Amino acid sequence: MSILSFENRNKKLSGGLKKLMPAKISDVLSRFKQGDASELIPVLQAVQSEYGYISEDNTYEIAEYLNLPSSKIYGVATFYAQFRLEPLGRHVINLCTGTACHVKGSEKLIPVFEQELKCKAGETTKDGRFTFNLVACLGACALSPVVNIDSDFYGNVSPSDVKKILRKYK
Amino acid sequence: MKLKEMKVMTEKISRKKGTTKKTRSTNINEIDKNTNNKNANSKNTNNKIANSKNANSKNTINKKAITLTQDQYRKAKHIQNSKPIIFIGMGTCGLASGAQATFDTFRSEALKYKLDIEIIPVGCVGSCFLEPIVDIKLPGKARVAYKQITSDKVVEIIQRTLQKEEIIREWVLGKYPVEPSSSDEDFSDIPLISDFEFFKNQKKFVLSRCGVVNPRSFEEYIAYEDGFKALAEVLEEANPQKVIDDIKTSGLRGRGGGGFPTGQKWQFCRDAQSPDGQKYVICNADEGDPGAFMDRAVLESDPFSVIEGMIIMGYAIGASKGIIYCRAEYPIAIKQLTNAISICSERGLLGKNILNSGFNFEIEIKKGAGAFVCGEETALIESIEGKRGMPRIKPPYPATYGLYGNPTNINNVETIAQIAKILNYGPAKFAEWGINKSRGTKVFSLTGKIKHAGLVEVPMGITIREIVKIGGGIPNGKKFKAAQIGGPSGGCIPAHLINTPIDYEELKEVGAMMGSGGLVIMDESTCMVDTARFFMKFIQEESCGKCIPCREGTRRLLEILTKLTQKPKNDYEVVDRMKSMISLKELAYVIKDTALCGLGNSAPNPVLTTLNYFRDEYEAHLYENRCPAKACIGLLSFRIDAEKCVGCGLCKLNCPNDAILGEKKQAHYIVEEKCVKCGLCKSNCKFNAVILE
Amino acid sequence: MATTTTNLISPKPVKIWINDILIEAEDNQTILQVARNYGIHIPTLCYLEDVTPTGSCRICVVEIEGAPKPVPSCCTFVKDGMKIYTNTPRIQTIRKVIVELLVANHDMDCLYCERNGNCELQDLAGIYNIRGHRFLGSKRQNPLDQTSMALVRDPNKCILCLRCVKVCDEVQSVHAIDVTKRGFESIVTSTFGKTIHESSCVLCGQCVRVCPTGALKERDVSTEVMEAIDDPNTVVTVQIAPSISVTIGEEFGIPVGTDVSGKLVTALKRMGFNAVFDTVFGADLTVLEEANELVKRIKNGETLPLISTCSPGWIKFMEHEFPDLIPHMSTCKSPMSMQGAIIKSFWAEKKQINPKRVYQVAIMPCMAKKFEAERSELVNDGLPNTDAVLTTRELIRMIKKFGLDLKMLPDSKYDDPLGESTGAGKIFGTSGGVMEAALRTAYWLVNKKNLENLEISQVRGLEGIKKAKIQITPEMTLNCVAASGLKNARIICDEIRAGNPNNYHFIEIMACPGGCINGGGQPRGMDLEVIKKRAQALYDLDKHYSVRLSHENTAVQRLYANFLKELGSHEAHHLLHTHYYPRSERRTK
Repeated sequence: MSILSFENRNKKLSGGLKKLMPAKISDVLSRFKQGDASELIPVLQAVQSEYGYISEDNTYEIAEYLNLPSSKIYGVATFYAQFRLEPLGRHVINLCTGTACHVKGSEKLIPVFEQELKCKAGETTKDGRFTFNLVACLGACALSPVVNIDSDFYGNVSPSDVKKILRKYK
Repeated sequence: MKLKEMKVMTEKISRKKGTTKKTRSTNINEIDKNTNNKNANSKNTNNKIANSKNANSKNTINKKAITLTQDQYRKAKHIQNSKPIIFIGMGTCGLASGAQATFDTFRSEALKYKLDIEIIPVGCVGSCFLEPIVDIKLPGKARVAYKQITSDKVVEIIQRTLQKEEIIREWVLGKYPVEPSSSDEDFSDIPLISDFEFFKNQKKFVLSRCGVVNPRSFEEYIAYEDGFKALAEVLEEANPQKVIDDIKTSGLRGRGGGGFPTGQKWQFCRDAQSPDGQKYVICNADEGDPGAFMDRAVLESDPFSVIEGMIIMGYAIGASKGIIYCRAEYPIAIKQLTNAISICSERGLLGKNILNSGFNFEIEIKKGAGAFVCGEETALIESIEGKRGMPRIKPPYPATYGLYGNPTNINNVETIAQIAKILNYGPAKFAEWGINKSRGTKVFSLTGKIKHAGLVEVPMGITIREIVKIGGGIPNGKKFKAAQIGGPSGGCIPAHLINTPIDYEELKEVGAMMGSGGLVIMDESTCMVDTARFFMKFIQEESCGKCIPCREGTRRLLEILTKLTQKPKNDYEVVDRMKSMISLKELAYVIKDTALCGLGNSAPNPVLTTLNYFRDEYEAHLYENRCPAKACIGLLSFRIDAEKCVGCGLCKLNCPNDAILGEKKQAHYIVEEKCVKCGLCKSNCKFNAVILE
Repeated sequence: MATTTTNLISPKPVKIWINDILIEAEDNQTILQVARNYGIHIPTLCYLEDVTPTGSCRICVVEIEGAPKPVPSCCTFVKDGMKIYTNTPRIQTIRKVIVELLVANHDMDCLYCERNGNCELQDLAGIYNIRGHRFLGSKRQNPLDQTSMALVRDPNKCILCLRCVKVCDEVQSVHAIDVTKRGFESIVTSTFGKTIHESSCVLCGQCVRVCPTGALKERDVSTEVMEAIDDPNTVVTVQIAPSISVTIGEEFGIPVGTDVSGKLVTALKRMGFNAVFDTVFGADLTVLEEANELVKRIKNGETLPLISTCSPGWIKFMEHEFPDLIPHMSTCKSPMSMQGAIIKSFWAEKKQINPKRVYQVAIMPCMAKKFEAERSELVNDGLPNTDAVLTTRELIRMIKKFGLDLKMLPDSKYDDPLGESTGAGKIFGTSGGVMEAALRTAYWLVNKKNLENLEISQVRGLEGIKKAKIQITPEMTLNCVAASGLKNARIICDEIRAGNPNNYHFIEIMACPGGCINGGGQPRGMDLEVIKKRAQALYDLDKHYSVRLSHENTAVQRLYANFLKELGSHEAHHLLHTHYYPRSERRTK
């Protein structure tokens, strides 16, 4: 594995909210030609690069601006892998569910996290603090179960450790 | 300067350029040492003079923007540089190997040592296994390339090479030849970079500037290999049909995988009627094949070649708008292209009345959004139109009904990047390379179980065996088993067919296809069933879902292959696996026959070729639940060799599922039912007592 | 709709061979069109007439001599000399495998499914002898959407033919749904996965009509209706919409377009309904109130144009997309609701039945009527105007369940007094009919005499937008337009928004293309000829009615004399008029 790739991967995973999503995204929209349906993908890319994701309200605003049905915009946004329709939290939790971690009890950790965070795996907490993901294998099997938050790795995590770990992240 | 003097000056330079062209042929990459080449060069110079004689009877164009003064030329070629120049390969491969740290260290250390140096980031020369590559041009000396220069080596280079002008032989990759017109000193004992083992048998044509020029420099593009000369001549000739005829003569075929004769494709689009007169040309830079990065290298390292190619293409077809559709996962490529377009617009090479020819042309970059299927022509068009990237039915073909319903021509990056070079070199001469109906060169990204992975550009007709040799052969004493060519749409070529030449038709004969250039080498530790499963999984994830054969069919193929790579848990599953295999071929052929687009109807290729050539492996998986390559974890068992085991207990301690039993100092034992095949025991055992079989 | 720019303009005659039979065709026809004209069967799934073909299901592929791969016949144009084979062993294998692939990802509960016996996938599985599961593996697992009172959506039965999306987009311009996600995970849903109830779906049901499987269906209320019938304390009344009697016979072997009103009444009586009424009576009421409203608005210079409001799909569409046009809408209820209001007041009183005991059922060709029945404004004195709506399809199933062979039943008469009807009311079932009927009465209201020619042919026919100029008096010429299909409705509404440049006075809009005869609740199928015959049947009936004018309906006259007092009276307003309100879900916002 090449030197920077691991760090790069973590940089990508720990997205975090870039800017807080405003009520209206007209400043982003004004960069594009009004009513031009072919600008849809660049518009979605611009909104996402400013605010990290595309919200439901954005969809309607974009629909109005480009004169497109909102259902079409949703169809396009869900087709391409790049677009996120939910914000990433400020911190991204990756709980490894690879084979080694799985049988070392990572499955037991899932409900613990879900209870602490008050959200399900794959979702973001309501206050935007955490996104909780289940990932395949982080490649640190000797320390299973492994939890990775932003660029920190925690090994041998037991259910009692969860609260302590989460407290470190604002 | 007076007008008359300027005219004399430019003629001197063009004559000089003629001579430098001759020696440029022995610059990094040219391997064809026969006299034809030399004749071609002199013919070119003659043509140029002839052209300039006839210039007045055709289009009067203004070449000022693309003409370099003698000073500019010397600076672009770094002739007689006054201060040391450090060229650092900073394409994505270079960066992944640490080139950014190298760059930063050079900067900071140069300050410390109070050295006045110039650092130029260049692109990718293709030998990825040697990155980061740093070229050093000492003042008035030949340019020398160093290999694997991570940041820890920078200080030594500064101390020895920059301060003491000492070439560190152990780090040398090779030298670039000095410009004959210059008085730069050569290093007689350092071999040419083009003679380096990896490059010796390659034929750099498309990649000739990659890793050599600064991709952000307009002047370097012109200085090296006559950038924009072809465009100027095309505009001067004012004969778009001739351009198409030239491309037809060259025998160039689409390098994106389809292999359709490019000249013919351009002709269709030129002949098509447009409802409002508008036509489009599109560069397909959505390189999605896993393991393929040829286009990325060209876009990052030589973006102006793509721009020039597109303008010529637009002119020949009669299109005034060009779009480059580049996947978003190539941010450096997009950055370099954006810069190149901006410079060209400033200098009058894009926009209205290019070089005073009356031809208008604009290029826009559209970014992909993460869908492999958008590499398919019609899906790409849908994506540009702001829709879901779902392919259209063909006919009608994009040449007649493309973007927004107008005639559109789409070509791959590699195809477009060589248009100008082919016209410069001479289409008939270009057509002399290759065999049968496959002319010119092809760039491959050579990866997998090979000593030296990277980008190789070879003439058509070369055999797979020779390409493997270029890559240094199979490492670790293993043997060649197969070459996967064409990515998820391609097929495997087994060892007994290793002498298959690189030729569109011959590859189809053996069940594979040229593809965009992905070439993965496999040895006996690669499982062919797993390979087929891997590609099918990729296709399934990228399928757009429009047609039933691809959406549903590839999922079922994937399930059948996945079942094969796992042990059946009960009798029902045993029978199920057998029944699935019986239906596999029929399902694969129906998908091939009926899928709506290229992604779907080539999806079964990996399965069908591996089944054809490695039937025994499939049978071992199916009947014996055994993976001969020992790669399918689902079919393997970990076992402790009682004779080697000393009973240290390390494996038992680390086992995640308490699947190992044993007392201290006594041979341990793995309980198969509890084993989850994580491999921790094997990696921890200091006595090699754990066997995987 | 262009899939090719060639040969649509001036077609040339060509000679082709299909299965070695020489056929003459034109080069602007697809292989499928030619084959169908000659009775050569090629199966289709994603193909839908009058909508852009996408060639995505691939089951219609055929072999062409000289072509390396089979081509989709629904979007390949014929060329001179083409040799086509539709049933080679290669094609048969392809069709079988494609159907097997669909079956592998489908709920296998045919016996429990509403489409059992009339499902296109089931038919194909039968024809291609699918025996056993070859490709069983993962299946879709998506939740059912039962949030709407009219429509039920089961994504697990969806085969992604996208006919529903095409109809919603191209024919209705509602754009409530689209295909989302990608590949195997693709699912047809609304913006952000909203349920039907929350989305901008207008419940017109055109998607249900074109769905080949059980993925889209109406909410079946036949069980509730039967419970009401079985309850001795409930008086179950039923009314039948005008287009039903010329449609329902088709399902029982009676020639298309035959009027089976009498048999229908018998069937309903035998099923246990206490009273059977004709919605045409309600239609006549609507004509009177609406014509009165039109004349009043013209005379008093009030908001014009006036837009008709019998179509609940159209009303919901207007409330979502054009709420600014609410002032133009007629405040009249639809015939169904007017009738329901009268039943629970006038009729119940006359028969001395406590209106609380009345369970009013309506048989409608319409899915959106189920939504109309639930509207909180359509309640009088605490009682809903309609308790349950059965679509034509539900009624067909009920009749069959009762073992009644419609063909063999004798004729019976509707119950009085809400059984008397006129030709004007009868033609409500087809596009243009409401307008024609209302104009006949409007003329009389102004001139106190009837039109010379009662048939206003300019508003007849199946075109989407039909215009007519009717001279009421030398000073008053009415510009009228009848639009059917919501795409055409949108065009007319945009015109009104733009200031009504064509100066329309009176507009009739029906959500379903062609009118109620092609309603979302009608038997499935898009055969244009069948729809034409149904429309023609209604016009023929009108010709033979003894009374062709709503204002000459004696029962209606008595109703006004004894109960409602006069047109537009306070009682009339209380029972027969309603209001509308804007809805938040729009296609763009």
